Amino acid sequence: MRVLQGLAASPGIAIGPAFRLERAPVRYQRTAAADRERELLRFQQAVEVAARQLEEVHARAAAESGASQAAIFEAQALMLQDPELLQKVRAAVEEEGIGAEAAVSDAAEEYIGILEALDDDYLRARSRDVRDVADRLLRALLGVSDSASAGLQTPSIIVARDLTPSDTVALDKSLVLGFCTAEGGTTSHTAILARALALPAVVGLGPGILEIEDGTPLALDAGAGTVWVEPDAGTVAHCRAQRAAVAAFMLQAQGRAMEPAVTRDGHRVEVMANVGDVEGAWAALLAGAEGIGLLRSEFLYLERPTMPGEEEQYQAYRRILEVLDGRPVTLRTLDVGGDKGLHYIQMPPQMNPSLGLRGIRLCLARPDIFRPQLRAALRAGAGHSLRVMFPMVSTLGEVRAAREMLESCRNELRAEGHPVADQMEVGVMVEVPAAALMADRLAAEVDFFSIGTNDLSQYVMAADRTSAEVAHLADAFHPAVLRLVRDVIAAAHTRGRRVGLCGELAGEPLAIPVLLGLGLDELSISPPRVPLAKQVIRALTIAEARDIAAQALALDSPEEIQARVRERVAGAGIQ
Amino acid sequence: MPEVTLTIRNQVGLHARPAALFVQTAQQFPCDIRVRHGSREANAKSILSVLTLGAGQGAVVTIRTEGERAEEALAALQALIAAFQGEA
Repeated sequence: MRVLQGLAASPGIAIGPAFRLERAPVRYQRTAAADRERELLRFQQAVEVAARQLEEVHARAAAESGASQAAIFEAQALMLQDPELLQKVRAAVEEEGIGAEAAVSDAAEEYIGILEALDDDYLRARSRDVRDVADRLLRALLGVSDSASAGLQTPSIIVARDLTPSDTVALDKSLVLGFCTAEGGTTSHTAILARALALPAVVGLGPGILEIEDGTPLALDAGAGTVWVEPDAGTVAHCRAQRAAVAAFMLQAQGRAMEPAVTRDGHRVEVMANVGDVEGAWAALLAGAEGIGLLRSEFLYLERPTMPGEEEQYQAYRRILEVLDGRPVTLRTLDVGGDKGLHYIQMPPQMNPSLGLRGIRLCLARPDIFRPQLRAALRAGAGHSLRVMFPMVSTLGEVRAAREMLESCRNELRAEGHPVADQMEVGVMVEVPAAALMADRLAAEVDFFSIGTNDLSQYVMAADRTSAEVAHLADAFHPAVLRLVRDVIAAAHTRGRRVGLCGELAGEPLAIPVLLGLGLDELSISPPRVPLAKQVIRALTIAEARDIAAQALALDSPEEIQARVRERVAGAGIQ
Repeated sequence: MPEVTLTIRNQVGLHARPAALFVQTAQQFPCDIRVRHGSREANAKSILSVLTLGAGQGAVVTIRTEGERAEEALAALQALIAAFQGEA
């Protein structure tokens, strides 16, 4: 038995034989075109064959793994029909008498070379798509089979260097138990695909994994990033038991989705949903959410030529409140600026948009935008449990100014004879380190806090979440972030204020024990994660959670924290 | 010759949608459409050409159209780039 350690890309347990997914590089003879007319015709036919294949692959990807995977093939289809590419190939054949294979390869390499030299990760990664398309065309020209996985006959664990979009979509998923790759990180194509399919995957295992042969027995605990080659009976039994525990846990989570989340010792935690529109509100209810902890109001403002008026906003909030039927809804006021701009709001160019005019800063600078939203919220809140919270708060002055504006809108509406919410709770998003550090003072000004760990992590770690090179630093599991979360909760509780958390961290099964132990009152997460989060809460007692939190916060890195929590809760089927 | 200069603000996710949508929109118009980013210029109807511009988040690009329905094409592409800003 050998043990290999890689990166956890998608959790889960798999036991089964290895299937080596390898596509030999496409080989062709570099020949001159004997008959240029015939060569052009051959190229034309290959483009048609490849286009048909891509259509099939696109449809399959859309059905199996959703729109974002399918979009890759839509882009590839555009590349295949690219007027400049076609022109280059035709010119090489027609004018220079170069064979179609060489002409395709030369033209593609030219683009690949330029893309690989760019200093933008996303665009650099597109070179892989160009190569995928060129290989598909070459295979069509040579009449070589399109499938690298034709030999996959029994349920297997796919072992590969890295997976291309075309490889993965051609796989018969009913025969895939999991993925092991030598290369790639947790944001690689393999990782994204595995998560979309809810299949276990370990990536970045190094070249060692490529030495094993087809059919070699493997076991993987992907949540821990561990792969056993030729596992012994004890390891297999351990993996089976773990898999059974996880399956039972998931089933229970779904079965009890509508029940409240109460710890084993009777402590109730509210599990809310993050929602962006009316459809999301329905999804939240169906998933068992007890309210909306984060209503992103941006949905009203985006993809339209002009700003939404007060009446339109009022109607929209009202519709969502009616769907929620009395359950609490927390409206986050407009959070644009940063990487999210609106073309009808003219903003000066900013060198550092995420440190610039955004969130409450923008709203306070633009009462013409802010006041209609506050008025709409106050009107919609009449007779409903609507709360508002302000994003990107960094000073007490901002909260006071925002509350003053809210008060003046309330008075204005009353004078106009509108029914308004008399007692609307007001909170702030704690996502700027300054706000977290001043939490004891801020708590005096508001009714509740909602910690936004996505932005808080990027600001605390000084790491841009959108930059591939440093995004891994902005990890909400980092002890620096968790210590701030601890202090914010403590400061709020001293004043008797409730604290929620609405970042992705709240939906991580391994984070929930820590957050509970730190005293968090409310989680707000994407609707599909609600049932699982509730079940994690049910598996714990507050005393256990406190102990886990105390241990976690004494560790040095996000990896250590996740490993320690996993150790403590894996037995319950939490991964 | 209609021309407009814009900043690409959307956060480029792990999907290939923005460039594909841009090119598909351009392909709907008969006129010649060029995009310039720094010293590079691309045919807006060629996805490979557009990608090699290297116009990532924050890039300032100039779109120029010439020929039949040039104004209309420019307005459509401008609206599309504005809509991208909604991509979270």
